[in-house]
Amino acid sequence: MAFVNIQNLTYKYPLTKTPALQNMNLQIEKGEFISIIGANGSGKSTLCYALAGFVPHFFKGEISGEIEVDGAASSKSTLDEWVVNVGLAFQNPFNQISGAKYTVFEEIAFGLENAGVPREQMKSRVEEAMQLTGISNLADRSPYSLSGGQQQRVALTSILVMQPKLLVLDEPTSQMDPIGTREVFSVIHNLTQSGMTVVMVEHKVEWIAHFATRVIALKDGAVLTEGKPSDVLTSDLLIENGFGVSRYTSVAREAKKQGLWKKDKLPVTLFEAAEGFNTK
Amino acid sequence: MKIEIKDLHFTYPTGLEALQGISLTINSGEQVAIVGQNGAGKTTLVRHFNGLLKPTSGSVMIGDWDTAKYSVAKLASRVGYVFQNPDEQLFSRDVLTEVEFGPKNLGYSKEKIDELVKQALAWTELTDKTETNPYDLSPTWRKMVALASIIAMDTPIVIFDEPTTGQDFANVSRIAHVIAELKKQGKTVITITHDIDFCAENFERVIALSNGKILLDGKAREVLGQEEILAQTYVDPPQLTRLGKLLNLKETVINQEEFLNVIARNVG
Ligand SMILES: Nc1ncnc2c1ncn2[C@@H]1O[C@H](COP(=O)(O)OP(=O)(O)OP(=O)(O)O)[C@@H](O)[C@H]1O
Ligand SMILES: Nc1ncnc2c1ncn2[C@@H]1O[C@H](COP(=O)(O)OP(=O)(O)O)[C@@H](O)[C@H]1O
Ligand SMILES: [Mg+2]
Ligand SMILES: [Mg+2]
Repeated sequence: MAFVNIQNLTYKYPLTKTPALQNMNLQIEKGEFISIIGANGSGKSTLCYALAGFVPHFFKGEISGEIEVDGAASSKSTLDEWVVNVGLAFQNPFNQISGAKYTVFEEIAFGLENAGVPREQMKSRVEEAMQLTGISNLADRSPYSLSGGQQQRVALTSILVMQPKLLVLDEPTSQMDPIGTREVFSVIHNLTQSGMTVVMVEHKVEWIAHFATRVIALKDGAVLTEGKPSDVLTSDLLIENGFGVSRYTSVAREAKKQGLWKKDKLPVTLFEAAEGFNTK
Repeated sequence: MKIEIKDLHFTYPTGLEALQGISLTINSGEQVAIVGQNGAGKTTLVRHFNGLLKPTSGSVMIGDWDTAKYSVAKLASRVGYVFQNPDEQLFSRDVLTEVEFGPKNLGYSKEKIDELVKQALAWTELTDKTETNPYDLSPTWRKMVALASIIAMDTPIVIFDEPTTGQDFANVSRIAHVIAELKKQGKTVITITHDIDFCAENFERVIALSNGKILLDGKAREVLGQEEILAQTYVDPPQLTRLGKLLNLKETVINQEEFLNVIARNVG
């Protein structure tokens, strides 16, 4: 069976009329790097919450269907049991800082400390994680005296350090500078190479195309389309449904109308675009 | 209204010197984007414009007002600032109250307030959400509320701190539309952004900050074409600029129209 298995999942937040997730079905294999795209309100964050157990264990509401991760069913687990295997970085990184710690180092060590990881091991894991996200220089700073992008890196690092089997990231690079964004994608990609499974909500199509194994496009709480990044991200379906595409895709689409793009397939990445415009 | 900054230095109480000598003039009606790596000092800089921070040394003039001598409340009539994190800004129980708060506080007439609020809600497409509590909205819509509540104040200078963060295509287009409308009204718009394609498509002038200093300042095309210098502050040129470079186009292109023009000419 798939590592993540979502079956007929329908979920409604308390006091709302329409379900945020509607009869969703999704299978994810171990080591996949899944990218979720969709308009505001399409259910991306709710799906993240469902994978991370916050829906329904924290948000309550009405749920039907099932979510299984590594053979365990969400409905038969407590949130405490669930979070051992699944880590979630929230959409708003400003809310993720615990408020309990004085330094960035302690903030990142917080989860390991709670899990009773021995001191020496904790120290090396925290240092390693900070190195990965490029924040070693912030170790002694207060988590509150940081810029937006620095806070987001701290939030991300505090999840990475837990080494969850399933890593769920809700727009983890939204506050990050462009080159930092690319580096984070690359780090996450490397983690999946060593067996971690990642589900990441993102808008940055160019880097999704480079790194994700599969793209899932949501609309109104259901899967609109899914598949290989190069297929999904160039599909007419996306344009028709108001999704953002890369500038390479939109320029080639326009060029095609003017006879300046000769290939059938539209590009998503820089190199695909350069290749197509060169062979005219 | 002109903004004039002379040799601005700012050190946080922690001892960190976030701004290390910034001199800058922004003329009335300019559309300026500020880019640069995380921690470069972008937010710290713009928080000086509305007086949230006061210079450690140097000066910031908003028109004829020295920000060191004016309160945030006073400066609010000249500078509107949309926070990077909307949760630091929003406090009302519903969207309408939130958006009305600013213009009411500035003492505008009832008619003017109604007019401004209506327009701000329409531009941000919040008209059907006026009774909602901002905290029941998703972070992206909370940011739109924060944006509406600032543009409703009708200040000559408007500052957006990373407005397109996490926004979908429709909201990014709405924000671009707001910026274009404010430009038509002759307002100064200053926007911090990491979205370089958005920057290239909507701003005439770009300032790149790095480690509390100005790295580049000039016309969008001049600044965004300088790949190596931009890399020092972790910024990539726009996608189509990179494509143009890779294709060895002679001129720097920064948007779709320019790119297609050059390609069409090369073919023909
Ligand atoms: N309240 C604070 N106290 C102390 N230092 C701070 C505070 N806020 C920011 N800093 C530091 O000042 C420097 C500039 O931060 P600033 O928030 O201006 O960066 P920024 O360019 O807006 O970055 P980002 O793109 O991540 O939002 C950083 O080194 C940051 O850690
Ligand atoms: N805590 C909540 N309470 C009630 N409704 C919510 C809550 N969070 C999200 N929703 C609603 O669920 C739907 C999906 O939202 P969300 O998962 O946040 O979408 P996305 O992340 O794609 O923007 C929207 O209609 C939204 O208004
Ligand atoms: Mg979301
Ligand atoms: Mg900032």
